[in-house]
Amino acid sequence: MGGRGSAVSGQALSARVKYLSSFRRMLLLVLLAAGILPGSPGYAEYADVVLNRRSDSAGVRPVIFPHWFHRVRYQCRVCHSELGFEMRAGANDVTMEEITEGRFCGACHNGEIAWSVDNCDLCHSASPGTLAGIRGGHQTLGPGNW
Amino acid sequence: MNCERYFTPYQLLHCLLMVALSVSCVTEVLAANWQPLQKDNLHDPENPGLRLLQNPGDALSRLPVDSAGNKVDWVKAIQDGYINPRSELLKNKPVQILESDILLNKTGSIPRVRFPHKVHTQWLDCENCHEKIFKSKAGATPITMGKILEGEYCGVCHGAVAFPLTECNRCHSVPWEAGEAPSVGRP
Repeated sequence: MGGRGSAVSGQALSARVKYLSSFRRMLLLVLLAAGILPGSPGYAEYADVVLNRRSDSAGVRPVIFPHWFHRVRYQCRVCHSELGFEMRAGANDVTMEEITEGRFCGACHNGEIAWSVDNCDLCHSASPGTLAGIRGGHQTLGPGNW
Repeated sequence: MNCERYFTPYQLLHCLLMVALSVSCVTEVLAANWQPLQKDNLHDPENPGLRLLQNPGDALSRLPVDSAGNKVDWVKAIQDGYINPRSELLKNKPVQILESDILLNKTGSIPRVRFPHKVHTQWLDCENCHEKIFKSKAGATPITMGKILEGEYCGVCHGAVAFPLTECNRCHSVPWEAGEAPSVGRP
């Protein structure tokens, strides 16, 4: 008798535990779904640099320089040694005149190695008003003083 | 009787949520690493030029995987020949690869830093770091983690373009032997 009684209460208990754990699982699922379903917010690729010293005030879109695209094709030393780009976002005062004369970006963007300066939209591609600086997802927004 | 129903509303909801979650997980995994330019919150989606630009995923998904930064192991990519980036544009300057490692041991009780010259000189010239950022003489540069987090010293690149500062163990990779670590407060 005693054995049967404890079996019943054991069943009830296990049903109760099962219900609770499935409720918790449901709650977890709802929370997870709420977090993931709207989709992750967009972020720039790691080390994208926005140049906007003059663009906005000149009425063109700010420039995005994608490091990832360039480092697939060129080692760091090409731009940061040969072409004279400082290794600090904001430290390079590059003008369109200099680029047209073949300096900085213009060393390649001359219609021979890469597209020429006629293709404004390809470099001046950021949303108007985007602040200058180094951007990117994947665990960093850049060090404190970028 | 109730038990003849195939699904309770609760089970049905559970099932639907599971399906939605699985679908979103799969799309998340597929799209997690690289955002297309139209959706990166940086490029102007109205810009007609975007259709001519390469999306990060098109190039980077073919390279060795990493867990942070561009999600690309750039060192492996160049060493194993996945990419062959040019080392010069016009100047015919020979590339100088330096093999030596530097051990930085003023790290308190956390593992010491092994700085490998080799992987750095595969990308950079000596002049990119010396003498402006680092003195050539070992121990002559007052490097601190605080300064690095502010974007000085190693932080000029790491945390901005090279792998980020969340990856502690990649630099702090040489554990102290038993009894060798300096006592706390005496870094």
